[in-house]
Amino acid sequence: MAIAQPPATPRFAGSIRLAARQFPRHRAAMVGLVCLVLLCLAAAFAPLIAPFDPVQIKLSAKLRPPSLEHLLGTDHFGRDVFSRLLYGGRTSLSVGLLVVAFAFVLGVPLGLASGYFGGRTDNLLMRLVDAFLTFPPLLLAVALVGLLGPDIQNVMLALGVVQAPVLARMVRGSTLAVREEVYVTAARALGAGPGRIVVSHLLRNVVSPIVVQLTVVFAAAVVAEASLSFLGFGTQPPQPSWGRDMSEARRFLGDAPWMFLGPTGAIMLCVLSINFLGDGLRDALDPRAWRTRRTVAAEER
Amino acid sequence: MPLLAVRNLRTRFATDRGTVRAVDGVSFDLAEGEVLGLVGESGSGKSVTALSIMRLVPEPPGRVTADSMSFDGTDLLRLTEAQAREVRGASMAMVFQDPMRSLNPVLSIGRQLVEVLQRHQKLGRQAARRRAIELLEMVGIPLADKRLAAYPHQFSGGMRQRVMIAIALSCNPRLLIADEATTALDVTIQAQIVDLVKRLTRERGTSVIWISHDLGVVANLCDRVNVMYAGRIVESAPIRDLFQRPSHGYTLGLLGSTPRIDGPALRRLSPIDGLPPNLIDPLPLCPFLPRCRVSVAACRERAPDRRDLGHEHWATCFAELGPRAP
Repeated sequence: MAIAQPPATPRFAGSIRLAARQFPRHRAAMVGLVCLVLLCLAAAFAPLIAPFDPVQIKLSAKLRPPSLEHLLGTDHFGRDVFSRLLYGGRTSLSVGLLVVAFAFVLGVPLGLASGYFGGRTDNLLMRLVDAFLTFPPLLLAVALVGLLGPDIQNVMLALGVVQAPVLARMVRGSTLAVREEVYVTAARALGAGPGRIVVSHLLRNVVSPIVVQLTVVFAAAVVAEASLSFLGFGTQPPQPSWGRDMSEARRFLGDAPWMFLGPTGAIMLCVLSINFLGDGLRDALDPRAWRTRRTVAAEER
Repeated sequence: MPLLAVRNLRTRFATDRGTVRAVDGVSFDLAEGEVLGLVGESGSGKSVTALSIMRLVPEPPGRVTADSMSFDGTDLLRLTEAQAREVRGASMAMVFQDPMRSLNPVLSIGRQLVEVLQRHQKLGRQAARRRAIELLEMVGIPLADKRLAAYPHQFSGGMRQRVMIAIALSCNPRLLIADEATTALDVTIQAQIVDLVKRLTRERGTSVIWISHDLGVVANLCDRVNVMYAGRIVESAPIRDLFQRPSHGYTLGLLGSTPRIDGPALRRLSPIDGLPPNLIDPLPLCPFLPRCRVSVAACRERAPDRRDLGHEHWATCFAELGPRAP
């Protein structure tokens, strides 16, 4: 419903507020958000929801198919797959989110600085980034975790360090393109200083690719955690994590597919949700993609 | 005293193939309230001259030098970057060629106006907003208070250029530089924008440097014209004189390649043959010589000096060109 705003409200002042109003209109993104929140809640309240102890071995009940007692069946040690899923979410989701946060905090400023200053700064920073990118990502993470000691915090740190250069490189590329836009020169011609240029002109215009890349980073982090756990770094054996359980379940793919479906489904759901969320976020932050109910009669004809 | 006095401005860019002399010894004065046209083909140094005045040439690779470049009593070349930022947008402002690209697509029109007002005039949010509405009304945007929340993509090219003009004039600058401000627009909108700039700058006594390669627009708007070629001013004249008595081979070429609505219907346009000169190793002679149709023997011997033709009209050309046939 179109409601005329009282003119006193400085609506233009908060493009973030406008973006927040846009976001709920993106249906897929809302679904993604709801799913993700549910996943997070389920992980957070795992002790209350889980019907079984996720690490308790009960060999008499091993490899049971899904039933009312074991909603998603049991694994090769007779542990309840559903309960492990709930607890595993704690590891996997926090790895995903923290790696995203870490990559963002490290990668975005690096990329912006590189793209904005250009020249020698750019050269120096990008050679550093290149150095990191020459290593196969998993190998680098293994090396870092080996150096720092195998625990889950270090895994997050290592994966963040691995992902940040990728993000930095991408942000730099986008920044270089936006920096040459006429509106950046126009802003400078109006007296805008470097801070303003970087924040309201460069960063605001490279947000879309950043958001997209971060959803990829999230997915990559969840899977990488699985690989690291599989190699013996990260989550230690009885402790559940989606990725870890998934790789263990491979061995029983023929006999007990439910063991595989649980964690795989969770990872898939989670990555999809994040992707949709990212889509919605990207659209909400780009006025050109807005669906306006009350279209401003824009064209002067 | 003129508002802007430029003496021997040289702007060079270091490239892999040598130093490009984009602006090579430009001098001119701009009086308070005067509208000065800067014409010439692409690459003749018009825009770089403007960017040099605004101190917007990236250094390096650029390098701007001048004997002096004084604006309202201050030497622009002596300003620190921070001081230059205070001047830009406040006492001198610039409008760019492509209105489709000179507004930030992710910020609302209002935000972009208010940002400048808050930056230079230290207005509060409400005051800045009220002023922004006034400015949009001033440039002829209807429903201004509603349009503040609109985004650039919702506006047509002409409207965006109006917004750019509103932003440029928001802090009452003493100098407005319009760099091909109407080139990207269709003729009707072009005429509207030219009228708008004419009206607004007359009202306020703003001096204007109007950069264009469209002599028609320049004729309609400017008091005086500087013709640029190869980074130099080759002819400078009051607008009427330039059309009646073009005194440089290049000016003649420009006029010959401009269509006239009042001329004979079947008159052929005569394009200027050849290409603009290499600005890395300029000839020691007149840079226009290879393309000139009126060159004389002296042209092949030495570079022409500035020749005074009276009525504040001068040209750097050996050829004695009489008044142009009407």
